[in-house]
Amino acid sequence: MHRENHRGFGFDWITIILFLLLVGFGWLNIMSASHVGEIGSYFDMSQLYGKQLVFLGLTFVLIILILSVEAKFYERFASIIYIIAMLSLVGLFIFGKDVNGARSWYGIGSMTLQPSEFAKFATALAVAKYMSDLQTNMNTIKDQLRAVGIIIVPAALILLQNDAGSTLVYASFFFVFYREGLQQIYLAIALSTIILAVLALKFGIVVTGIIAAVVIFGIYFFRRKKRASIIQSVVILLICISFSAGVKLFYNHVLKPHQQNRISLWLRLEKDPTKLEQMKKEEAYNLIQSEQAISSGGWTGKGFLQGTRTTGKFVPEQETDYIFSTVGEEWGFLGSSLVVVLFMALIIRVLYLAESQKSQFSRVYGYGVASIFFVHFTINTGMVMGLIPTVGIPLPFFSYGGSGLWGFTILLFIFIKLDSNKINEW
Amino acid sequence: MRKLLLLLTVIIVGLLFIARLFYLQVYNKEAYSLFEDSAISTVYDYPKRGYVFDRNGKLLVANQPSYDVMVIPREVEPLDTLEFCALLKITKDDFKRKYTRARNYSPRIPSVFLPQLSKKDYAVLQEKMRKFDGFYIQKRSLRDYQTTIGANVLGDIGEVNQRIIKKQPYYKMGDLIGKQGVELSYEAILRGVKGIKFIQKDRFNKDIGPYKEGKFDTLPQPGKDITITIDSELQQYGELLMTNKRGGIVAIDPSNGEILALVSGPNYNPNMLVGRNRSKNFSKLYRDSIAKPLFDRGLQAQYPPGSPFKVINALIGLQEGVITPGDKVTCRMGYYYGSRRLTGCHHHKSPVAMNDGIAQSCNAYFVTAYRKIIDKYNDAGSAMNTWANHAKSFGLGNYLGYDLPVGQKGRIPDGDYYDRAYGDNRWGSTYIVSNAIGQGEVEATPIQLANMAAAIGNRGYYFTPHIIKAIEGDTIPSKYTTPNHTTIDKRHFGPVIQGMFDVYNKGTAATLRIPGIDICGKTGTAENFVKIDSVKTQLTDHSIFVAFAPKDNPKIAIAVFVENGYWGSRFAGRMASLMIEKYIKGEITRTDMEHWILTHSLENEYAKPYSGEPFKINGETTLQVVDKVKPPENNDLNNSIPIQSNQQ
Repeated sequence: MHRENHRGFGFDWITIILFLLLVGFGWLNIMSASHVGEIGSYFDMSQLYGKQLVFLGLTFVLIILILSVEAKFYERFASIIYIIAMLSLVGLFIFGKDVNGARSWYGIGSMTLQPSEFAKFATALAVAKYMSDLQTNMNTIKDQLRAVGIIIVPAALILLQNDAGSTLVYASFFFVFYREGLQQIYLAIALSTIILAVLALKFGIVVTGIIAAVVIFGIYFFRRKKRASIIQSVVILLICISFSAGVKLFYNHVLKPHQQNRISLWLRLEKDPTKLEQMKKEEAYNLIQSEQAISSGGWTGKGFLQGTRTTGKFVPEQETDYIFSTVGEEWGFLGSSLVVVLFMALIIRVLYLAESQKSQFSRVYGYGVASIFFVHFTINTGMVMGLIPTVGIPLPFFSYGGSGLWGFTILLFIFIKLDSNKINEW
Repeated sequence: MRKLLLLLTVIIVGLLFIARLFYLQVYNKEAYSLFEDSAISTVYDYPKRGYVFDRNGKLLVANQPSYDVMVIPREVEPLDTLEFCALLKITKDDFKRKYTRARNYSPRIPSVFLPQLSKKDYAVLQEKMRKFDGFYIQKRSLRDYQTTIGANVLGDIGEVNQRIIKKQPYYKMGDLIGKQGVELSYEAILRGVKGIKFIQKDRFNKDIGPYKEGKFDTLPQPGKDITITIDSELQQYGELLMTNKRGGIVAIDPSNGEILALVSGPNYNPNMLVGRNRSKNFSKLYRDSIAKPLFDRGLQAQYPPGSPFKVINALIGLQEGVITPGDKVTCRMGYYYGSRRLTGCHHHKSPVAMNDGIAQSCNAYFVTAYRKIIDKYNDAGSAMNTWANHAKSFGLGNYLGYDLPVGQKGRIPDGDYYDRAYGDNRWGSTYIVSNAIGQGEVEATPIQLANMAAAIGNRGYYFTPHIIKAIEGDTIPSKYTTPNHTTIDKRHFGPVIQGMFDVYNKGTAATLRIPGIDICGKTGTAENFVKIDSVKTQLTDHSIFVAFAPKDNPKIAIAVFVENGYWGSRFAGRMASLMIEKYIKGEITRTDMEHWILTHSLENEYAKPYSGEPFKINGETTLQVVDKVKPPENNDLNNSIPIQSNQQ
């Protein structure tokens, strides 16, 4: 074991290879999506792919730094890292720079830095640190609230900066909590919440209420043992109905018109064809273009740098949030399925490694890493393919941007470092 | 279970995504085509359309540039409308209206702002055009007819319709295609092949350069020039003679099947179908359901051929061995079957042998000959089949196979035809004697009759009539250079041709003789009927004439058909003789005959069935006399341009 450790430095090379494949393929697609005119030099700094190549180079410096730090460092300094990250988020309100209506960037010269990308690994570290504390018991409300508190802080700060998409990512920690002993009832509540919200929006409160009543009383009557009082069922039903009403109110009065439209398009709520057309024009332009680009790829795609829609810049923001449409157009079904498979493999590999950790800190952190990747991947690709409403978050390793690339790299490589250290845990 | 939640979710989501990708990219996808990719625009480079020359090398059809002012509303910058309107010679209201229409159509896509500028306006505008952003001039190519004749032969070009685009994907919206005449039948040769450029667009529909460095682009191939067999002077003369009459003249060179003239009356000036007024003029021509100027009477009008068809019966009789040239038939002003007169005849000497039978056009002679042919066989059905077979070998009763896009089959009835009409074996030769004299069920088009004359003049063969004489850098199809043989032996033609020659010497066309030319001809007078308010009404007979000349090695075979012209030599005979003289001599010596034709009109005759009043026909009418028709002034149209500027 010891010898093996030396040969590969104990790092999980499968994860590293998956990472390299994703980053490399991602960069090729950024080149395709962002190039303007002929491609001269790869290091052409006037082009986005040239910049991204520099970011990539710096990433490897970052990786070496992360891997050379003592593994224990991350556990010990988790709280401090978290606090620094939160302060950097707070600092945005004072020093931040507005880009596209979101106050999420620090401007350093011509460079910009997005602290929310770094807040993810910091939060993951903090959650791991808190959960691995021997005194933490996820079955108590108090500790549950504290754990939630850790993720609420960055989520709230980011929401206040008008970056609703990135806020959603923090919901991924639900998987972590659940893995670490959150009661089953929460899973039931989470699922019911989603189902109720969708039903309420799609079919209205009355239908939702009837469905809820049928289900709740159905459970009541068929559950012979441990039958709770009928009053409890009635209360639950009332909660469900008022929640549905709340969702309706929230949708109608709190959400901004563009958010309403996105959801409306997703659930096909609008029946009036002229309004629907209008809505599509305003809100679904990206989506329609992106779906068309993907569709036009066919089995094998049009080939690298050959996508006509990519070259014509038909999909706005194609090098960032909509990068997957480039994969779809130029690499076709085979290429885009490969990307899906690579992401699945990466997430499952991290999950597998997390389960094999002996230290609870490493395991919780690994779970956090897998969950964050999963949520990012699901929301981004789902959105680009038109499966879920438009939410602006990047696709890890693919979307253009230094902060994102570095944030995800740090997130992943801290775990690789922790994993390499499991032999020394005892 | 706790360990599995995320794992299962990941797997389910992954599979769901792959399924979605499969749906989008494989299942729900139509075959990818560059032409349908909205990110790629296709720009066409139209080649020069081939010219059309007549047989003597005279240019008939060339091209002329036409200039449209186009507008892309989104790119229009504030401009000096006053100056712009003055340049285009439009009012400010026009400007507003046209601009609004273009913008409503699409702010991004070019619209025609003002179609077909005159050359002078174009020259002035061109220099100032750069001052008006968003406007530009699009050059198109239109046909430029160097002549006013032969519209039915030359045809015209017009925009393709959806049906054509569907059938032939080569054509795109707005492309021009041959619609009639040689423009239609030689479309593929005249049009050439257009070049295609693929241009990469961005999402604002802006050009950002050639797609893949022009890898898929093609160069245009210019259309080939063609020479047609028409002799434009003869054609023009024929059209002059046909003025104020309806009918057709078809002249063929028997030695090779070339169509020398193809006249249809009434005609129209081909320049009517060029330019801004094309659609207006076309519907005017199209909707004229009485004179039918778009109906090519030389090719499409199917008439009973009348007496010229007797010649065929004489040939069949000789070939079948049922008559000899010397057999005489007594004519008692008609043919009698028992005491019943089956057909009448006019006054002439009697009895007649074949020579006089043809020259005097004796009905009794030919009914006798025809009945002998039919009665040679035991069964009338097979007799008729044999007879029809002979007649069809002259190109009658079916499409001739010439290279113009319209036509009619004509009709030669056979045994089956009468079996269907009367019932099997319930008819005999006496039922169908009208065929003997080219009436009854027999029908033919003027071009079929001209071709028949050519086959007789050639003593037993003909070349499929055709309009193409030469194609630039190519040969004409071999079916126009191989002779078709009739079923009649060459030796039988001598006496028949002599009979046709005597039509001019002593027969029905004796007054039409042209000094110095041995013409063989045959007059025809065909009864015809129309329905007026569902009452079958007889009209004045059609005047028919079929001829070839000279008698030996004929140079021209001609059929003339004049609707309601009464007897054969009255209109058709005169016109045929004049045409022959014009073609062979190049000048007219029988100016008396020419003068008569040009001063007599049949317009009154044609108006009768539509007058709603009872009217008289044939001999009971008087002919309408008009001022002498003048040949059209040789057109040097204002819009015709030097040819050189057209050839790129």
